Amino acid sequence: MAKENRQLLQGNAACVQGALYAGMRFFAGYPITPSTEIAEGSARELPKLGGKFIQMEDELGSIAAIIGASVSGAKAMTGTSGPGYSLMLENIGYAFMTEVPVVVVNVQRGGPSTGLPTKVSQSDTMQARWGTHGDYSSITVAPSTVGDTLTETIRAFNLAERFRTPVTILLDEVIAHSREIIRIPEPGEYEVIDRVKPTCPPEEYLPYEITENYVTPMPAYGEGYRYHITGLTHDQHGFPTNKPSEIIVKLDKLKKKIENYKDEITKIRVEMMDDAEIAIISYGSVSRAALQATMLAREAGVKVGCIQLYTIWPFPEKELLELCGKCQKVIVGELNMGQIVHEVERILPRDISINTIQRYDGEILTPVQILEKLEEVL
Amino acid sequence: MAHKILDKIQLPSDRFEMRLSGSGGQGMIFASVVLSKAIGMNSNKSVVQSQSYGPEARGGASKADVVVSDNEIYYPKAMKLDLLLAMTQEALDKYYPDLKENGMLIVDSSLVHNVPDVEHYAFEFTHMARNQIGHIMVANVIALGAIAALTGLVTKEKLTEIVLQHAPRGTEEKNRNAVELGYNEALKAKK
Repeated sequence: MAKENRQLLQGNAACVQGALYAGMRFFAGYPITPSTEIAEGSARELPKLGGKFIQMEDELGSIAAIIGASVSGAKAMTGTSGPGYSLMLENIGYAFMTEVPVVVVNVQRGGPSTGLPTKVSQSDTMQARWGTHGDYSSITVAPSTVGDTLTETIRAFNLAERFRTPVTILLDEVIAHSREIIRIPEPGEYEVIDRVKPTCPPEEYLPYEITENYVTPMPAYGEGYRYHITGLTHDQHGFPTNKPSEIIVKLDKLKKKIENYKDEITKIRVEMMDDAEIAIISYGSVSRAALQATMLAREAGVKVGCIQLYTIWPFPEKELLELCGKCQKVIVGELNMGQIVHEVERILPRDISINTIQRYDGEILTPVQILEKLEEVL
Repeated sequence: MAHKILDKIQLPSDRFEMRLSGSGGQGMIFASVVLSKAIGMNSNKSVVQSQSYGPEARGGASKADVVVSDNEIYYPKAMKLDLLLAMTQEALDKYYPDLKENGMLIVDSSLVHNVPDVEHYAFEFTHMARNQIGHIMVANVIALGAIAALTGLVTKEKLTEIVLQHAPRGTEEKNRNAVELGYNEALKAKK
C-alpha cells in the first residue's frame, strides 16, 4: 500500500488543496485577512500545474477575471473576506445571470465594513444567500474542520460545474487559521465533476436552452461556439429580452436548476438525533463546539442531538423538518446576531420552542456556553 | 442555583491540551507546528494547532495551542490545559489560570521567577541555549525536547527528525543538540 500523504495544514491551505484536486487552474484575487493564505497557496501551486494566478487591482477585478476564465473553460476560484465579498457581489450576480460556474471563498471576519480583520464571525450567512440583487437560487457550503475544508472545496467546484452557478464557500477565521493533520486524498478517491459541453454543431447551439434539468451545456470560449453573454435578462439565444413569457422562463431556469435538485446539494451531519428531545443546529466552526457540548451532555444523560449544516443554501428544509419534528426544543448557535435562525423559525412547526445562542464579540462559542444554554432551555 | 447538567459534566478525558507561551519572537508558533507534526504525521492521532493571530501575536504574551486526541477532536481550541509551557513571566501570569488542577507546568526559570506554589518543572531553557548550545534562538527547541521526555507523546528521534526538516540550513547541529539537551535534562527531572 502506498504511504498515506498526511500533512499539517491550515484551513486556508486545505482549501487550495481541495481546489487543485477539483481541477482549479485559475485564481484571481486580492489579499485580505483572514483569507490571504488562499491566494498565497494558489500563487505557489498553480504555476506548477500550468495554471494561472493573478493578483488583481481589487475584488471587482478579481471576480470579473474568474468569470472570464471560467467562460474560457478553466475551473476558477477567488478567495476573500467580508469587505471583498461585498465588492464582488455585483459580478457574482452577473455570474448567476450568465450561468458561469465559479467558486468564491469568503473567510468571514467581523463586520460591517472593515470590521474585525483577525476575529471570527459568521455574519455573512444571509449575504451569501441574498447579497446580490434580484431573484435567484444560490448554493453555499460551510466546512467546520481543516479536513472538511478540503472536501467541501471539491464539492463546491463540483456543484458549480454541475449546476453552472457561482458557489460560495463560507469559511471562518477559526477554521482558516487552525492547523490540523489531514490526509490528502489520492486522485480518483473523490468524484470530480466537469461541466457538460455541447455535442451539437455550433450553428445549432442554443446557449441558454431550457434542457430537461435546466442546465445548458457550456462550451469553452474559442471552441467554435459563438454566443452572446449579457447580464440583461435574456432569451435562450442569450440576447436581451423584455417579453414577460421569456423573462419567466429565464428566472424559472435559474431557480429550478437548483431547487429541483436539492437532494444532490444538501449535506448535513447528524449526531445523536435518534431519541433527541433537544436539537442543536449549527454550521461552520460553531458546529465543533456544538458537537463537543452534545457529547458531554449525553454523558450527563441529556437527550440532546446535533445537526450540522454543510449545505447552508439552499436551506435543508426537508431534512430539518424530518429530524426536528419529534423534538420539543431546538437551539440554533451562530456567530452573529441571528441569521440562520430565521430560516429555522420559518420551517419548523410553531409548537417547537426555538432558542438561540449567539456570539458576536469576535470569539468562537465554547462548549461550556452551549451547555449553559442547554441548561437554561431544559 | 444547582446545575442540572454542568455539575455532572466531566471535561473530555480523551484530549490532551498543551499551550506553548512566551513573547513574540521566542518561536512558540514554530515550536507548536513542529510538535504537532512530530505527534501526528506518522500516527493515527488527531492534532489541532492554533495560535495568537494579528495584533495579539505582536509583542506581549503570545501563545500557540496544540490539542491531541486518539479520537476526533470536536472543539478545536483548548478548554482546560493539561500542559502549560511558559517562557516568560507575563505568559505564565496570563495563562496559568487556564491550567487544570494537577496539570503539568513547565517554566523557563531563566526568565520566570514568580511561580505559583504548585508542583512544576523549571528549566533554564534560555540560559541553556546561550551557554550550552551557543545560540539563544534554540531555547524553544530545548523546551520541545523537554516536553517530549515529560509527556512521552513523541519520541526523541521523531522530534529531532521534524525539527531538522524545519531548521534553517547550517543550524542542524545546534538543533539536534538542543533536542538532546532538553530531553536529557527533563528525563533527569521527571517525577
